[in-house]
Amino acid sequence: MAKKKSILSDQRFIVLLVIIALVVIYMIFSPEFRKYSSILSMLDFSYYDVLMAIGVTFPLITSGVDLSIGTGMVCYALIAGRLIRDFNIPVVLAMLICILLGCIVGLANGSLIGIMGLPPFLATLCTCMITRGVSSMIMATPWPTNKQPGGWFHSIFKLTFGSGRSATKIPIGFVLVVIFVLIMEFVLNHTRFGRYTIAIGSNKEAITLSGVNVKFYHVMAYTVCGLFAGLAAIAYAAVVPTVQPGTGAGLELDAIGGVFVGGVSATGGYGSVLGTLAGVFVIVLLKTGLPYVGLQANWQQIVTGIVLIGAVIIDVIKRRRLAKEQ
Amino acid sequence: MSETNEAILVMEDIDKSFPGVHALDHVHFDVRCGEVHALMGENGAGKSTLMKVLTGIYSKDSGKITFEGREIEFHNTREAQDAGIVIVHQELNMVGDLTVAQNIFIGREFMKGFRIDDKKMIEESNKLFDELKIQIDPKAKMSDLTVGKQQMCEIAKAISHQAKVIVFDEPSAALTEKEIEDLFTIIRDLRDKGMAIVYISHRMDEIKVITDRVTVMRDGGYVGTLITNDCTKEDIINMMVGRVIYEDPKTESHVPADAPVVLKVEHLNAGRMVQDVSFELRKGEILGFSGLMGAGRTETARALFGADPKTSGDIYVNGQKVTINSPQDAVKYGIGYLSEDRKRYGIVVQKSIIENSTLATLEKYMKGAFIDKAEEEKITQKYIDELSTKTPSADTLVVNLSGGNQQKVVIAKWLVRNCDILIFDEPTRGIDVGAKNEIYKLMNRLAEEGKSIIMISSEMTEILRMSDRIVVMCEGKKTGELDIAEATQEKIMDKATRDIA
Repeated sequence: MAKKKSILSDQRFIVLLVIIALVVIYMIFSPEFRKYSSILSMLDFSYYDVLMAIGVTFPLITSGVDLSIGTGMVCYALIAGRLIRDFNIPVVLAMLICILLGCIVGLANGSLIGIMGLPPFLATLCTCMITRGVSSMIMATPWPTNKQPGGWFHSIFKLTFGSGRSATKIPIGFVLVVIFVLIMEFVLNHTRFGRYTIAIGSNKEAITLSGVNVKFYHVMAYTVCGLFAGLAAIAYAAVVPTVQPGTGAGLELDAIGGVFVGGVSATGGYGSVLGTLAGVFVIVLLKTGLPYVGLQANWQQIVTGIVLIGAVIIDVIKRRRLAKEQ
Repeated sequence: MSETNEAILVMEDIDKSFPGVHALDHVHFDVRCGEVHALMGENGAGKSTLMKVLTGIYSKDSGKITFEGREIEFHNTREAQDAGIVIVHQELNMVGDLTVAQNIFIGREFMKGFRIDDKKMIEESNKLFDELKIQIDPKAKMSDLTVGKQQMCEIAKAISHQAKVIVFDEPSAALTEKEIEDLFTIIRDLRDKGMAIVYISHRMDEIKVITDRVTVMRDGGYVGTLITNDCTKEDIINMMVGRVIYEDPKTESHVPADAPVVLKVEHLNAGRMVQDVSFELRKGEILGFSGLMGAGRTETARALFGADPKTSGDIYVNGQKVTINSPQDAVKYGIGYLSEDRKRYGIVVQKSIIENSTLATLEKYMKGAFIDKAEEEKITQKYIDELSTKTPSADTLVVNLSGGNQQKVVIAKWLVRNCDILIFDEPTRGIDVGAKNEIYKLMNRLAEEGKSIIMISSEMTEILRMSDRIVVMCEGKKTGELDIAEATQEKIMDKATRDIA
């Protein structure tokens, strides 16, 4: 019988411990953090990170990357906002447009990488620049706020079930995000798309020679990533006061970092969406939580960097051990 | 060659084992100043291993190496280079984006203070080229040169190390006739200057032209040394293949005379390695592909399978002309390919037997959009039993299986797919003797059941034991086809080394 993996060697378990440790530390040192409203506001700003991270998990498992999700997200939100303001389209339609735009950019990334054979870093760096350029051409437009007509979509990501935001209420956005995570975890493990995504990262030549339409699945991985960037655009517009043109660069790095913390192998071929969820929350806790214990913004970046190094070292050690077993 | 010359380099009783393989069995080899000494043998005879022991890439288990009268042992190629022993490799070790001069002096650049002295390197390169009587611009980018010119640069680099012994490892493999002539001129020149040359090659006609003595190795052992002028091509071939056959060779074809042709390949061309190859494969037949390394057998298989692009050629499956542009097409027509490099091309090592077994057939094991894992496990278990794959369970990661059992997983992958034409590329490479027999039995059984098999093998015994018919290739061309009844090692080797000129 193959050795059953001990729970301690599962990176996801370690990450869970880190999350608990961080929350406990914050709660000890910051009375402010103990308030439910603080946790809620932290969660509000985590949804777009989680959604981007769910998507980018797939390219990362193929041992690729997608750098365009951050600027893409802002770009789609701006386009949709402008359409609402100047053309009075219904909000539902604007949301669908966000998702559609994400898919289109993802499809473009996938085609450049999977069919044309461009290096993922380069291809998505280009689409990152393009989406940032497009978004700076669009007039600054706040999405409708919750108070305005058509602002109902805010409640998806900001409201809790029941009225008000008291401690007994569960945030809707969190539930929604967890549902997405579970769906995509299932997709990764129980569909052809999922299995081939992993196999592309693990041994692309072998599945090509097995007669699998590798190009199609490679393109799909980036399209799914784009789709989630589109969903992230909705979540982003729902929580930030104004979506500003020309921003978004760098946001993808939090998501990508989270995926690696969550245990996706740095060389592809292994990963889980549940791990991604946990990994992103580590990043989010560091990003929004450190100020509660008096550490300034610059420290957040440094600590995040160090945590990421730790996660990647675990992966490297794991792979070395496997290489030895061979 | 002057008869009075002492051997500059003597290797005596060199012994080297790797886990499970006795790579060098008390081998003797020596080379004198002013001679070209050929080192010959089949694939895997131990030539490269011997040279790696000489230049410190491998350390020997026992034996003695004497160089210029002193016993030596190098720990890395740098030490060997410094002492004056240099290998010109078959695959050129050049950095394409650097210039010729930068390549020749890489790792020991001339400095002017903190700056690299490019001018001096160019001057020195010119001196080397003058010495070799060749014309190459030291300022040219390496990747802009032809393979032949690049090889000249390697030689220049070797000489710049004050080399006394130069080992050429299959130098002519990638050269044109004209380039080979130039190479020989240089080699003769070096010899006349008193250098000792070791020349590794498969090309029989070259051996006769350029070398003074020939040493033959076989299965890691030393067979003998001959004076080139006193022996014939047949003498050398006999020494190369004269091994005792410990397995019963097939004596006649097991294929009925009226078996239908399932695969017909006509005038297949794909690059330099596949030139106008035609053959037929019949139902229930094992068609052996024999030849030396670099004969173009794997390239033929990959082109046929759609893994590499082909320039021209027609393929017929069961009499129907088919277009195969990708492995996907090939699989559609029931062709399965088992690569020589299993870990790289055959299996996904970090995944389970189940996932590997259904890799080519996943669409058959779906319940709507989802993978039907129960069905998947059932079919995997069926083939684990049928092929008697030794594994604790179907979930076991393939990386934890032995080579022979990994091969069975690859076979299962194509059987699940119901492929009728299987291409086995070196089916027993890296597999131990016991497991080999099992793979052989399995292949025979598959053939009896009506599968048709193309078997590429560099092992002569394997070819003679398994094949019903044998196609021999040499340098990208099909040079012969033999029925098993008339095939002998000598006949095959003769075709595999046929003079191309």
